[in-house]
Amino acid sequence: MHASMPFRKKPKKLISNIVLLAVALFFVFPFYWIVTGAFKVQNVAVAIPPEWFPHAPTLDNFTVLFKNPVWRWTFNSFFVAAAEMAGVCLVASMAGYVLAKKQFPGRKIIFTLFVAAMALPKQVILVPLFTMIADFGWIDHYKALILPAIGWPFGIFLVKQFAQTLPGELLEAAKVDGCSELRLYYSIVLPLLKPALGALAIFTFINAWNDYFSQLIMIRSTPMMTLPLGVATLKGEYTTPYGVLMAGAAFASLPMIVIFLLFQKAFTQGITMGAVKG
Amino acid sequence: MLLTALKSKRLLWREWLASYLFLLPALAFFLLFVAYPMLRGAYISLFDYSLNRFEFIGLRNYADLFRDKTFLKSMKNTILIVLITVPAVIAFSIFVSNTIYRKSELARSFFRGVFYLPAVSSVVSITVVWASIYDPNYGILNYVTSLFGAEPIAWLGDLRTALFAIIAVLVTTSVGQPIILYVAALGNIPTSYIEAAQIDRATPGQIFRKIIWPMLMPTNLYIIVITTINTFQTFAIVQLLTAGGPLNATSTVMYGVYEKAFMLGSFGVAAAMGMLLAVVIGIISLIQFKFLGSDVEY
Repeated sequence: MHASMPFRKKPKKLISNIVLLAVALFFVFPFYWIVTGAFKVQNVAVAIPPEWFPHAPTLDNFTVLFKNPVWRWTFNSFFVAAAEMAGVCLVASMAGYVLAKKQFPGRKIIFTLFVAAMALPKQVILVPLFTMIADFGWIDHYKALILPAIGWPFGIFLVKQFAQTLPGELLEAAKVDGCSELRLYYSIVLPLLKPALGALAIFTFINAWNDYFSQLIMIRSTPMMTLPLGVATLKGEYTTPYGVLMAGAAFASLPMIVIFLLFQKAFTQGITMGAVKG
Repeated sequence: MLLTALKSKRLLWREWLASYLFLLPALAFFLLFVAYPMLRGAYISLFDYSLNRFEFIGLRNYADLFRDKTFLKSMKNTILIVLITVPAVIAFSIFVSNTIYRKSELARSFFRGVFYLPAVSSVVSITVVWASIYDPNYGILNYVTSLFGAEPIAWLGDLRTALFAIIAVLVTTSVGQPIILYVAALGNIPTSYIEAAQIDRATPGQIFRKIIWPMLMPTNLYIIVITTINTFQTFAIVQLLTAGGPLNATSTVMYGVYEKAFMLGSFGVAAAMGMLLAVVIGIISLIQFKFLGSDVEY
Protein backbone atom coordinates (compact mmCIF):
# COMPACT_ATOMS: atom_id res chain seq x y z
CA MET A 1 0.00 0.00 0.00
CA HIS A 2 0.93 3.63 -0.32
CA ALA A 3 2.79 5.78 2.14
CA SER A 4 0.10 8.39 1.59
CA MET A 5 -2.49 6.01 2.97
CA PRO A 6 -3.79 7.42 6.26
CA PHE A 7 -2.66 4.99 8.93
CA ARG A 8 -5.79 5.32 11.05
CA LYS A 9 -7.27 3.03 8.41
CA LYS A 10 -5.09 0.15 9.54
CA PRO A 11 -6.88 -1.15 12.65
CA LYS A 12 -10.11 -1.04 10.67
CA LYS A 13 -8.51 -3.12 7.96
CA LEU A 14 -7.32 -5.62 10.51
CA ILE A 15 -10.84 -5.94 11.89
CA SER A 16 -12.35 -6.52 8.44
CA ASN A 17 -9.73 -9.17 7.72
CA ILE A 18 -10.53 -10.98 10.96
CA VAL A 19 -14.26 -10.82 10.18
CA LEU A 20 -13.51 -12.09 6.67
CA LEU A 21 -11.63 -15.10 8.02
CA ALA A 22 -14.41 -15.81 10.49
CA VAL A 23 -17.14 -15.81 7.84
CA ALA A 24 -14.94 -17.84 5.49
CA LEU A 25 -14.61 -20.43 8.25
CA PHE A 26 -18.38 -20.38 8.67
CA PHE A 27 -18.74 -21.13 4.94
CA VAL A 28 -16.18 -23.92 4.94
CA PHE A 29 -17.41 -25.60 8.11
CA PRO A 30 -20.50 -27.33 6.59
CA PHE A 31 -18.20 -28.98 4.03
CA TYR A 32 -15.79 -30.06 6.73
CA TRP A 33 -18.76 -31.47 8.59
CA ILE A 34 -19.99 -33.38 5.53
CA VAL A 35 -16.61 -34.93 4.84
CA THR A 36 -15.83 -35.88 8.44
CA GLY A 37 -19.43 -36.97 9.07
CA ALA A 38 -19.20 -39.36 6.14
CA PHE A 39 -16.50 -41.30 8.00
CA LYS A 40 -18.19 -41.46 11.40
CA VAL A 41 -20.34 -44.32 12.64
CA GLN A 42 -23.90 -43.33 13.48
CA ASN A 43 -23.53 -43.16 17.28
CA VAL A 44 -20.46 -40.96 16.86
CA ALA A 45 -22.15 -38.78 14.26
CA VAL A 46 -24.82 -37.88 16.80
CA ALA A 47 -22.52 -37.74 19.85
CA ILE A 48 -22.78 -34.85 22.29
CA PRO A 49 -20.30 -33.28 22.71
CA PRO A 50 -19.55 -33.69 19.02
CA GLU A 51 -16.43 -35.41 17.83
CA TRP A 52 -14.70 -32.64 15.92
CA PHE A 53 -12.51 -35.09 14.08
CA PRO A 54 -13.39 -38.77 13.47
CA HIS A 55 -11.08 -40.74 15.78
CA ALA A 56 -11.99 -44.12 14.35
CA PRO A 57 -12.84 -43.39 10.70
CA THR A 58 -15.01 -46.01 9.05
CA LEU A 59 -16.16 -46.78 5.52
CA ASP A 60 -19.44 -48.31 6.75
CA ASN A 61 -21.49 -45.35 5.52
CA PHE A 62 -20.15 -45.79 2.01
CA THR A 63 -20.90 -49.49 2.12
CA VAL A 64 -24.52 -48.72 3.01
CA LEU A 65 -24.64 -45.90 0.47
CA PHE A 66 -23.47 -48.15 -2.36
CA LYS A 67 -26.22 -50.65 -1.67
CA ASN A 68 -28.25 -48.10 -3.64
CA PRO A 69 -27.76 -47.74 -7.39
CA VAL A 70 -25.33 -44.87 -6.79
CA TRP A 71 -23.25 -45.50 -9.89
CA ARG A 72 -26.36 -45.49 -12.04
CA TRP A 73 -27.44 -42.20 -10.45
CA THR A 74 -23.99 -40.79 -11.08
CA PHE A 75 -24.16 -41.87 -14.71
CA ASN A 76 -27.62 -40.30 -15.08
CA SER A 77 -26.40 -37.01 -13.65
CA PHE A 78 -23.32 -36.94 -15.86
CA PHE A 79 -25.23 -37.95 -18.95
CA VAL A 80 -27.98 -35.36 -18.52
CA ALA A 81 -25.52 -32.60 -17.65
CA ALA A 82 -23.21 -33.43 -20.56
CA ALA A 83 -26.10 -33.57 -23.04
CA GLU A 84 -27.45 -30.23 -21.83
CA MET A 85 -23.98 -28.78 -22.04
CA ALA A 86 -23.46 -29.90 -25.65
CA GLY A 87 -26.94 -28.80 -26.70
CA VAL A 88 -26.75 -25.38 -25.08
CA CYS A 89 -23.28 -24.66 -26.47
CA LEU A 90 -24.24 -25.64 -30.01
CA VAL A 91 -27.56 -23.81 -30.11
CA ALA A 92 -26.34 -20.72 -28.25
CA SER A 93 -23.17 -20.39 -30.33
CA MET A 94 -25.14 -20.39 -33.58
CA ALA A 95 -27.78 -17.94 -32.38
CA GLY A 96 -25.42 -15.69 -30.43
CA TYR A 97 -23.07 -15.38 -33.39
CA VAL A 98 -25.67 -14.24 -35.92
CA LEU A 99 -27.36 -11.94 -33.40
CA ALA A 100 -24.01 -10.22 -32.84
CA LYS A 101 -22.56 -10.21 -36.34
CA LYS A 102 -25.34 -10.30 -38.94
CA GLN A 103 -27.85 -7.73 -40.08
CA PHE A 104 -31.28 -9.06 -40.93
CA PRO A 105 -34.89 -8.01 -40.39
CA GLY A 106 -36.23 -9.00 -36.98
CA ARG A 107 -32.81 -9.21 -35.34
CA LYS A 108 -33.66 -6.67 -32.67
CA ILE A 109 -37.03 -8.17 -31.81
CA ILE A 110 -35.59 -11.66 -31.46
CA PHE A 111 -32.77 -10.43 -29.25
CA THR A 112 -35.20 -8.45 -27.07
CA LEU A 113 -37.32 -11.58 -26.74
CA PHE A 114 -34.36 -13.55 -25.39
CA VAL A 115 -33.31 -10.78 -23.01
CA ALA A 116 -36.86 -10.43 -21.67
CA ALA A 117 -37.00 -14.19 -21.16
CA MET A 118 -33.87 -14.03 -19.00
CA ALA A 119 -35.88 -12.14 -16.39
CA LEU A 120 -38.62 -14.75 -16.59
CA PRO A 121 -38.89 -16.69 -13.33
CA LYS A 122 -37.89 -20.10 -14.62
CA GLN A 123 -39.65 -22.20 -12.03
CA VAL A 124 -42.96 -20.52 -12.74
CA ILE A 125 -43.23 -22.41 -16.02
CA LEU A 126 -42.51 -25.78 -14.40
CA VAL A 127 -46.15 -26.78 -13.88
CA PRO A 128 -47.28 -26.13 -17.48
CA LEU A 129 -43.99 -27.61 -18.70
CA PHE A 130 -44.65 -30.71 -16.64
CA THR A 131 -48.17 -31.17 -18.05
CA MET A 132 -46.74 -30.76 -21.54
CA ILE A 133 -43.92 -33.25 -20.95
CA ALA A 134 -46.46 -35.66 -19.45
CA ASP A 135 -48.62 -35.32 -22.58
CA PHE A 136 -45.58 -36.18 -24.68
CA GLY A 137 -45.09 -39.28 -22.52
CA TRP A 138 -41.59 -38.19 -21.60
CA ILE A 139 -41.86 -38.43 -17.80
CA ASP A 140 -39.04 -40.52 -16.35
CA HIS A 141 -36.95 -40.16 -19.53
CA TYR A 142 -33.67 -38.33 -19.95
CA LYS A 143 -35.18 -36.09 -22.63
CA ALA A 144 -37.64 -34.65 -20.09
CA LEU A 145 -34.65 -33.03 -18.41
CA ILE A 146 -32.40 -32.38 -21.41
CA LEU A 147 -34.59 -30.89 -24.13
CA PRO A 148 -36.34 -28.15 -22.10
CA ALA A 149 -32.95 -26.84 -20.95
CA ILE A 150 -31.42 -26.29 -24.39
CA GLY A 151 -33.09 -23.04 -25.49
CA TRP A 152 -31.49 -21.22 -22.56
CA PRO A 153 -31.75 -17.45 -23.15
CA PHE A 154 -28.80 -16.73 -20.86
CA GLY A 155 -26.51 -18.86 -23.03
CA ILE A 156 -27.54 -17.02 -26.19
CA PHE A 157 -27.04 -13.70 -24.45
CA LEU A 158 -23.61 -14.70 -23.15
CA VAL A 159 -22.36 -15.76 -26.60
CA LYS A 160 -23.84 -12.67 -28.24
CA GLN A 161 -22.09 -10.37 -25.77
CA PHE A 162 -18.79 -12.09 -26.44
CA ALA A 163 -19.21 -12.39 -30.23
CA GLN A 164 -19.71 -8.63 -30.45
CA THR A 165 -16.08 -8.13 -29.48
CA LEU A 166 -14.79 -10.31 -32.34
CA PRO A 167 -13.06 -8.51 -35.23
CA GLY A 168 -15.53 -8.13 -38.10
CA GLU A 169 -12.79 -7.87 -40.74
CA LEU A 170 -11.75 -11.46 -40.24
CA LEU A 171 -15.27 -12.67 -40.97
CA GLU A 172 -15.60 -10.36 -43.98
CA ALA A 173 -12.30 -11.53 -45.40
CA ALA A 174 -13.33 -15.15 -45.14
CA LYS A 175 -16.61 -14.30 -46.89
CA VAL A 176 -14.78 -12.59 -49.74
CA ASP A 177 -12.68 -15.71 -50.14
CA GLY A 178 -15.90 -17.55 -50.94
CA CYS A 179 -16.22 -19.35 -47.62
CA SER A 180 -19.72 -20.78 -47.14
CA GLU A 181 -21.72 -19.67 -44.10
CA LEU A 182 -21.53 -23.07 -42.51
CA ARG A 183 -17.80 -23.33 -42.98
CA LEU A 184 -17.30 -19.80 -41.77
CA TYR A 185 -19.15 -20.71 -38.56
CA TYR A 186 -17.41 -24.03 -38.13
CA SER A 187 -13.82 -23.17 -38.92
CA ILE A 188 -13.57 -19.49 -37.96
CA VAL A 189 -16.36 -18.42 -35.61
CA LEU A 190 -16.40 -21.45 -33.33
CA PRO A 191 -12.67 -21.35 -32.52
CA LEU A 192 -12.93 -17.62 -31.83
CA LEU A 193 -15.86 -18.20 -29.48
CA LYS A 194 -13.92 -20.72 -27.41
CA PRO A 195 -13.47 -18.60 -24.25
CA ALA A 196 -17.19 -17.81 -24.08
CA LEU A 197 -18.20 -21.39 -24.87
CA GLY A 198 -15.82 -22.75 -22.24
CA ALA A 199 -17.45 -20.61 -19.59
CA LEU A 200 -20.93 -21.44 -20.88
CA ALA A 201 -20.15 -25.17 -20.88
CA ILE A 202 -19.12 -25.23 -17.23
CA PHE A 203 -22.02 -23.01 -16.30
CA THR A 204 -24.53 -25.26 -18.02
CA PHE A 205 -23.00 -28.41 -16.61
CA ILE A 206 -23.17 -27.21 -13.01
CA ASN A 207 -26.67 -25.78 -13.45
CA ALA A 208 -27.92 -29.01 -15.00
CA TRP A 209 -26.39 -31.12 -12.23
CA ASN A 210 -27.97 -28.94 -9.56
CA ASP A 211 -31.39 -28.40 -11.16
CA TYR A 212 -33.07 -30.25 -8.34
CA PHE A 213 -36.64 -29.00 -8.91
CA SER A 214 -36.85 -30.24 -12.52
CA GLN A 215 -35.32 -33.58 -11.57
CA LEU A 216 -37.75 -33.95 -8.68
CA ILE A 217 -40.85 -33.53 -10.84
CA MET A 218 -39.71 -35.15 -14.11
CA ILE A 219 -38.13 -38.32 -12.70
CA ARG A 220 -40.10 -41.02 -10.93
CA SER A 221 -38.30 -44.38 -10.83
CA THR A 222 -35.25 -45.13 -8.71
CA PRO A 223 -32.94 -46.22 -11.56
CA MET A 224 -33.64 -43.00 -13.50
CA MET A 225 -32.85 -40.71 -10.58
CA THR A 226 -30.01 -38.23 -10.69
CA LEU A 227 -27.39 -38.37 -7.97
CA PRO A 228 -28.74 -35.47 -5.84
CA LEU A 229 -32.29 -36.79 -6.19
CA GLY A 230 -31.20 -40.28 -5.19
CA VAL A 231 -29.30 -39.00 -2.16
CA ALA A 232 -32.38 -37.03 -1.09
CA THR A 233 -34.35 -40.30 -0.93
CA LEU A 234 -31.93 -41.82 1.58
CA LYS A 235 -33.55 -39.93 4.46
CA GLY A 236 -34.93 -42.51 6.85
CA GLU A 237 -38.56 -42.36 7.82
CA TYR A 238 -38.05 -42.44 11.58
CA THR A 239 -34.38 -41.95 12.29
CA THR A 240 -32.03 -39.88 10.20
CA PRO A 241 -29.01 -41.92 9.09
CA TYR A 242 -26.69 -38.91 9.21
CA GLY A 243 -23.53 -40.84 8.40
CA VAL A 244 -24.96 -42.34 5.20
CA LEU A 245 -26.54 -39.02 4.23
CA MET A 246 -23.23 -37.25 4.71
CA ALA A 247 -21.48 -39.84 2.58
CA GLY A 248 -24.11 -39.31 -0.11
CA ALA A 249 -23.86 -35.53 0.22
CA ALA A 250 -20.09 -35.68 -0.16
CA PHE A 251 -20.40 -37.93 -3.17
CA ALA A 252 -23.08 -35.76 -4.83
CA SER A 253 -21.20 -32.48 -4.44
CA LEU A 254 -17.66 -33.61 -5.05
CA PRO A 255 -17.82 -33.66 -8.88
CA MET A 256 -19.15 -30.09 -9.02
CA ILE A 257 -16.61 -28.79 -6.52
CA VAL A 258 -13.76 -30.40 -8.48
CA ILE A 259 -15.07 -29.01 -11.78
CA PHE A 260 -15.49 -25.57 -10.24
CA LEU A 261 -11.97 -25.56 -8.77
CA LEU A 262 -10.43 -26.78 -12.04
CA PHE A 263 -12.20 -24.21 -14.20
CA GLN A 264 -12.64 -21.38 -11.73
CA LYS A 265 -11.12 -18.84 -14.08
CA ALA A 266 -13.36 -19.62 -17.05
CA PHE A 267 -16.31 -19.79 -14.71
CA THR A 268 -15.59 -16.39 -13.16
CA GLN A 269 -15.17 -14.87 -16.61
CA GLY A 270 -18.48 -16.35 -17.72
CA ILE A 271 -20.32 -14.77 -14.82
CA THR A 272 -18.80 -11.35 -15.44
CA MET A 273 -19.37 -11.61 -19.20
CA GLY A 274 -23.04 -12.42 -18.75
CA ALA A 275 -23.58 -9.44 -16.48
CA VAL A 276 -22.31 -6.81 -18.91
CA LYS A 277 -25.15 -4.62 -20.01
CA GLY A 278 -26.71 -5.46 -23.38
CA MET B 1 -25.78 -1.84 -63.07
CA LEU B 2 -29.12 -3.53 -62.82
CA LEU B 3 -27.40 -6.88 -62.86
CA THR B 4 -25.09 -6.07 -59.96
CA ALA B 5 -27.98 -4.61 -57.99
CA LEU B 6 -29.94 -7.81 -58.54
CA LYS B 7 -26.94 -9.86 -57.63
CA SER B 8 -26.31 -8.00 -54.41
CA LYS B 9 -29.96 -8.27 -53.54
CA ARG B 10 -29.77 -12.00 -54.06
CA LEU B 11 -26.68 -12.11 -51.86
CA LEU B 12 -28.50 -10.15 -49.18
CA TRP B 13 -31.36 -12.61 -49.30
CA ARG B 14 -29.00 -15.50 -48.97
CA GLU B 15 -27.35 -13.91 -45.99
CA TRP B 16 -30.70 -13.31 -44.33
CA LEU B 17 -31.74 -16.86 -44.97
CA ALA B 18 -28.49 -18.16 -43.50
CA SER B 19 -29.01 -16.02 -40.39
CA TYR B 20 -32.52 -17.35 -39.88
CA LEU B 21 -31.32 -20.92 -40.28
CA PHE B 22 -28.65 -20.33 -37.65
CA LEU B 23 -31.29 -18.93 -35.30
CA LEU B 24 -33.80 -21.66 -35.97
CA PRO B 25 -32.64 -24.26 -33.38
CA ALA B 26 -32.43 -21.70 -30.58
CA LEU B 27 -35.80 -20.23 -31.47
CA ALA B 28 -37.47 -23.62 -31.81
CA PHE B 29 -36.25 -24.85 -28.41
CA PHE B 30 -37.03 -21.53 -26.82
CA LEU B 31 -40.53 -21.24 -28.24
CA LEU B 32 -41.48 -24.83 -27.49
CA PHE B 33 -40.01 -25.20 -24.00
CA VAL B 34 -39.97 -21.66 -22.59
CA ALA B 35 -42.44 -19.36 -24.37
CA TYR B 36 -45.19 -21.90 -24.98
CA PRO B 37 -45.25 -23.23 -21.38
CA MET B 38 -45.56 -19.63 -20.18
CA LEU B 39 -48.67 -19.11 -22.33
CA ARG B 40 -49.97 -22.54 -21.48
CA GLY B 41 -49.53 -21.67 -17.79
CA ALA B 42 -51.78 -18.64 -18.22
CA TYR B 43 -54.29 -20.80 -20.12
CA ILE B 44 -54.52 -23.73 -17.71
CA SER B 45 -54.75 -21.36 -14.74
CA LEU B 46 -58.31 -20.73 -15.98
CA PHE B 47 -59.26 -24.40 -15.66
CA ASP B 48 -60.22 -26.80 -12.95
CA TYR B 49 -57.43 -29.10 -14.03
CA SER B 50 -56.48 -32.33 -12.29
CA LEU B 51 -55.72 -35.87 -13.39
CA ASN B 52 -59.29 -36.59 -14.49
CA ARG B 53 -60.83 -33.12 -14.91
CA PHE B 54 -60.34 -30.28 -17.35
CA GLU B 55 -63.11 -27.75 -17.00
CA PHE B 56 -63.06 -24.03 -17.77
CA ILE B 57 -63.81 -21.99 -14.65
CA GLY B 58 -62.63 -18.51 -15.61
CA LEU B 59 -60.85 -16.65 -12.87
CA ARG B 60 -62.11 -18.81 -10.02
CA ASN B 61 -58.68 -20.28 -9.25
CA TYR B 62 -57.42 -16.76 -8.68
CA ALA B 63 -60.43 -15.75 -6.62
CA ASP B 64 -59.98 -18.86 -4.47
CA LEU B 65 -56.31 -18.11 -3.95
CA PHE B 66 -57.02 -14.67 -2.55
CA ARG B 67 -59.13 -16.34 0.14
CA ASP B 68 -56.74 -19.23 0.70
CA LYS B 69 -55.02 -18.70 4.06
CA THR B 70 -52.21 -21.12 3.26
CA PHE B 71 -51.43 -19.35 0.00
CA LEU B 72 -51.55 -15.89 1.59
CA LYS B 73 -49.26 -17.12 4.36
CA SER B 74 -46.81 -18.53 1.82
CA MET B 75 -46.89 -15.26 -0.14
CA LYS B 76 -46.19 -13.37 3.08
CA ASN B 77 -43.33 -15.73 3.92
CA THR B 78 -41.89 -15.36 0.43
CA ILE B 79 -41.96 -11.56 0.59
CA LEU B 80 -40.37 -11.64 4.06
CA ILE B 81 -37.65 -13.98 2.77
CA VAL B 82 -36.94 -11.59 -0.12
CA LEU B 83 -36.96 -8.51 2.13
CA ILE B 84 -34.35 -10.05 4.44
CA THR B 85 -32.29 -12.11 2.01
CA VAL B 86 -31.68 -9.55 -0.74
CA PRO B 87 -30.25 -6.77 1.49
CA ALA B 88 -28.29 -9.36 3.49
CA VAL B 89 -26.78 -10.81 0.31
CA ILE B 90 -25.88 -7.35 -1.03
CA ALA B 91 -24.34 -6.11 2.22
CA PHE B 92 -22.43 -9.33 2.83
CA SER B 93 -21.15 -9.52 -0.76
CA ILE B 94 -20.00 -5.91 -0.80
CA PHE B 95 -18.23 -6.35 2.53
CA VAL B 96 -16.40 -9.46 1.36
CA SER B 97 -15.57 -8.05 -2.08
CA ASN B 98 -14.34 -4.77 -0.64
CA THR B 99 -12.07 -6.68 1.73
CA ILE B 100 -10.60 -9.04 -0.86
CA TYR B 101 -10.44 -7.17 -4.18
CA ARG B 102 -7.04 -5.61 -3.54
CA LYS B 103 -5.47 -8.81 -2.28
CA SER B 104 -3.21 -10.99 -4.42
CA GLU B 105 -4.74 -13.02 -7.25
CA LEU B 106 -4.25 -16.19 -5.21
CA ALA B 107 -6.03 -14.84 -2.13
CA ARG B 108 -8.84 -13.49 -4.28
CA SER B 109 -9.53 -16.80 -6.00
CA PHE B 110 -9.29 -18.58 -2.68
CA PHE B 111 -11.97 -16.45 -1.06
CA ARG B 112 -14.13 -16.32 -4.17
CA GLY B 113 -13.98 -20.11 -4.21
CA VAL B 114 -14.87 -20.42 -0.52
CA PHE B 115 -17.95 -18.25 -0.90
CA TYR B 116 -18.96 -19.97 -4.11
CA LEU B 117 -18.79 -23.48 -2.60
CA PRO B 118 -22.40 -23.53 -1.35
CA ALA B 119 -23.64 -22.30 -4.73
CA VAL B 120 -21.94 -25.02 -6.79
CA SER B 121 -22.75 -27.78 -4.33
CA SER B 122 -26.01 -29.60 -4.78
CA VAL B 123 -28.76 -28.13 -2.63
CA VAL B 124 -29.35 -31.69 -1.43
CA SER B 125 -25.86 -31.82 0.09
CA ILE B 126 -26.28 -28.38 1.63
CA THR B 127 -29.57 -29.27 3.27
CA VAL B 128 -28.25 -32.62 4.52
CA VAL B 129 -25.51 -30.92 6.49
CA TRP B 130 -27.69 -28.06 7.72
CA ALA B 131 -30.35 -30.49 8.90
CA SER B 132 -27.66 -32.10 11.04
CA ILE B 133 -26.33 -28.75 12.28
CA TYR B 134 -29.86 -27.63 13.24
CA ASP B 135 -30.88 -30.99 14.77
CA PRO B 136 -32.57 -30.27 18.12
CA ASN B 137 -31.02 -33.27 19.90
CA TYR B 138 -27.70 -33.92 18.22
CA GLY B 139 -27.06 -30.70 16.33
CA ILE B 140 -23.80 -28.88 16.68
CA LEU B 141 -25.56 -25.50 16.82
CA ASN B 142 -27.39 -26.39 20.03
CA TYR B 143 -24.15 -27.79 21.42
CA VAL B 144 -22.36 -24.50 20.75
CA THR B 145 -25.17 -22.38 22.20
CA SER B 146 -25.35 -24.68 25.24
CA LEU B 147 -21.73 -23.80 26.00
CA PHE B 148 -23.07 -20.30 26.60
CA GLY B 149 -25.85 -21.62 28.78
CA ALA B 150 -28.65 -21.45 26.21
CA GLU B 151 -31.54 -23.91 26.18
CA PRO B 152 -31.72 -26.21 23.15
CA ILE B 153 -33.94 -24.97 20.31
CA ALA B 154 -35.65 -26.95 17.55
CA TRP B 155 -34.34 -24.49 14.97
CA LEU B 156 -36.40 -25.88 12.09
CA GLY B 157 -39.38 -26.93 14.18
CA ASP B 158 -39.98 -23.76 16.18
CA LEU B 159 -42.40 -21.18 14.77
CA ARG B 160 -40.12 -18.36 15.88
CA THR B 161 -36.88 -19.62 14.37
CA ALA B 162 -37.78 -21.85 11.39
CA LEU B 163 -38.05 -19.12 8.75
CA PHE B 164 -34.81 -17.48 9.86
CA ALA B 165 -33.04 -20.83 9.87
CA ILE B 166 -34.13 -21.24 6.24
CA ILE B 167 -33.02 -17.70 5.36
CA ALA B 168 -29.56 -18.26 6.85
CA VAL B 169 -29.00 -21.26 4.57
CA LEU B 170 -30.44 -19.38 1.62
CA VAL B 171 -28.04 -16.47 2.12
CA THR B 172 -25.00 -18.75 2.18
CA THR B 173 -26.05 -20.29 -1.15
CA SER B 174 -26.74 -16.89 -2.76
CA VAL B 175 -23.59 -14.81 -2.26
CA GLY B 176 -21.21 -16.63 -4.63
CA GLN B 177 -22.16 -14.90 -7.86
CA PRO B 178 -22.58 -11.41 -6.36
CA ILE B 179 -19.10 -11.60 -4.83
CA ILE B 180 -17.54 -12.54 -8.18
CA LEU B 181 -19.34 -9.63 -9.85
CA TYR B 182 -18.52 -7.09 -7.15
CA VAL B 183 -14.84 -8.07 -7.11
CA ALA B 184 -14.74 -7.53 -10.89
CA ALA B 185 -16.60 -4.21 -10.64
CA LEU B 186 -14.40 -2.91 -7.82
CA GLY B 187 -11.31 -3.89 -9.78
CA ASN B 188 -12.58 -1.77 -12.67
CA ILE B 189 -12.77 1.44 -10.65
CA PRO B 190 -9.73 3.52 -11.65
CA THR B 191 -7.39 3.70 -8.65
CA SER B 192 -6.57 7.30 -9.58
CA TYR B 193 -10.07 8.34 -8.40
CA ILE B 194 -9.51 6.83 -4.99
CA GLU B 195 -5.97 8.15 -4.72
CA ALA B 196 -7.13 11.66 -5.62
CA ALA B 197 -9.77 11.48 -2.90
CA GLN B 198 -7.17 10.26 -0.41
CA ILE B 199 -4.92 13.20 -1.23
CA ASP B 200 -7.91 15.42 -0.50
CA ARG B 201 -8.14 13.65 2.87
CA ALA B 202 -11.48 11.97 2.25
CA THR B 203 -12.30 9.38 4.92
CA PRO B 204 -12.75 5.75 3.86
CA GLY B 205 -16.47 6.18 4.55
CA GLN B 206 -16.65 9.18 2.25
CA ILE B 207 -14.67 7.38 -0.44
CA PHE B 208 -17.10 4.51 -0.29
CA ARG B 209 -20.21 6.68 -0.42
CA LYS B 210 -19.07 9.24 -2.98
CA ILE B 211 -16.90 7.19 -5.33
CA ILE B 212 -17.20 3.45 -4.91
CA TRP B 213 -20.96 3.17 -4.36
CA PRO B 214 -22.02 5.28 -7.39
CA MET B 215 -19.62 3.37 -9.61
CA LEU B 216 -21.07 0.09 -8.40
CA MET B 217 -24.60 1.10 -9.39
CA PRO B 218 -24.86 -0.87 -12.67
CA THR B 219 -23.55 -3.99 -10.89
CA ASN B 220 -25.90 -3.34 -7.97
CA LEU B 221 -28.88 -3.16 -10.27
CA TYR B 222 -28.01 -6.45 -11.94
CA ILE B 223 -27.33 -8.25 -8.67
CA ILE B 224 -30.40 -6.90 -6.91
CA VAL B 225 -32.70 -7.85 -9.79
CA ILE B 226 -31.21 -11.33 -10.21
CA THR B 227 -31.12 -12.07 -6.48
CA THR B 228 -34.70 -10.86 -6.07
CA ILE B 229 -35.95 -13.05 -8.93
CA ASN B 230 -34.11 -16.10 -7.57
CA THR B 231 -35.15 -15.53 -3.97
CA PHE B 232 -38.81 -15.21 -4.90
CA GLN B 233 -38.57 -18.75 -6.26
CA THR B 234 -37.10 -20.30 -3.11
CA PHE B 235 -38.12 -23.93 -3.15
CA ALA B 236 -35.53 -26.67 -2.74
CA ILE B 237 -34.19 -25.58 0.66
CA VAL B 238 -37.73 -25.44 2.03
CA GLN B 239 -38.82 -28.74 0.50
CA LEU B 240 -35.75 -30.56 1.79
CA LEU B 241 -35.43 -28.97 5.24
CA THR B 242 -38.96 -28.33 6.52
CA ALA B 243 -41.50 -29.26 3.84
CA GLY B 244 -43.13 -25.91 4.57
CA GLY B 245 -43.66 -26.59 8.26
CA PRO B 246 -44.13 -26.05 11.11
CA LEU B 247 -47.74 -24.94 10.45
CA ASN B 248 -46.75 -23.40 7.07
CA ALA B 249 -44.28 -21.12 8.84
CA THR B 250 -41.68 -21.74 6.12
CA SER B 251 -43.96 -22.43 3.16
CA THR B 252 -43.09 -20.35 0.10
CA VAL B 253 -45.17 -19.74 -3.02
CA MET B 254 -43.03 -22.16 -5.05
CA TYR B 255 -43.36 -24.78 -2.34
CA GLY B 256 -47.12 -24.25 -2.46
CA VAL B 257 -47.04 -24.68 -6.25
CA TYR B 258 -45.18 -27.97 -5.78
CA GLU B 259 -47.59 -29.17 -3.11
CA LYS B 260 -50.69 -28.26 -5.13
CA ALA B 261 -49.47 -29.65 -8.44
CA PHE B 262 -47.38 -32.66 -7.54
CA MET B 263 -48.80 -33.84 -4.23
CA LEU B 264 -52.47 -32.90 -4.69
CA GLY B 265 -52.64 -32.99 -8.49
CA SER B 266 -54.37 -29.60 -8.86
CA PHE B 267 -52.53 -28.24 -11.88
CA GLY B 268 -54.92 -25.37 -12.56
CA VAL B 269 -54.56 -23.83 -9.10
CA ALA B 270 -50.80 -24.41 -9.15
CA ALA B 271 -50.53 -22.65 -12.51
CA ALA B 272 -52.54 -19.72 -11.14
CA MET B 273 -50.15 -19.49 -8.18
CA GLY B 274 -47.23 -19.48 -10.60
CA MET B 275 -48.82 -16.72 -12.67
CA LEU B 276 -49.44 -14.57 -9.59
CA LEU B 277 -45.82 -15.07 -8.52
CA ALA B 278 -44.61 -14.13 -12.01
CA VAL B 279 -46.71 -10.95 -11.90
CA VAL B 280 -45.34 -9.99 -8.47
CA ILE B 281 -41.78 -10.64 -9.64
CA GLY B 282 -42.37 -8.67 -12.85
CA ILE B 283 -43.74 -5.63 -11.00
CA ILE B 284 -40.91 -5.63 -8.48
CA SER B 285 -38.24 -6.00 -11.18
CA LEU B 286 -39.74 -3.01 -13.04
CA ILE B 287 -39.73 -0.92 -9.86
CA GLN B 288 -36.11 -1.86 -9.23
CA PHE B 289 -35.13 -0.88 -12.77
CA LYS B 290 -36.94 2.44 -12.41
CA PHE B 291 -35.40 3.41 -9.09
CA LEU B 292 -31.96 1.90 -9.40
CA GLY B 293 -31.36 2.17 -13.12
CA SER B 294 -28.78 4.89 -13.56
CA ASP B 295 -26.68 6.01 -16.45
CA VAL B 296 -23.35 5.69 -14.68
CA GLU B 297 -20.84 4.32 -17.15
CA TYR B 298 -17.21 3.53 -16.73
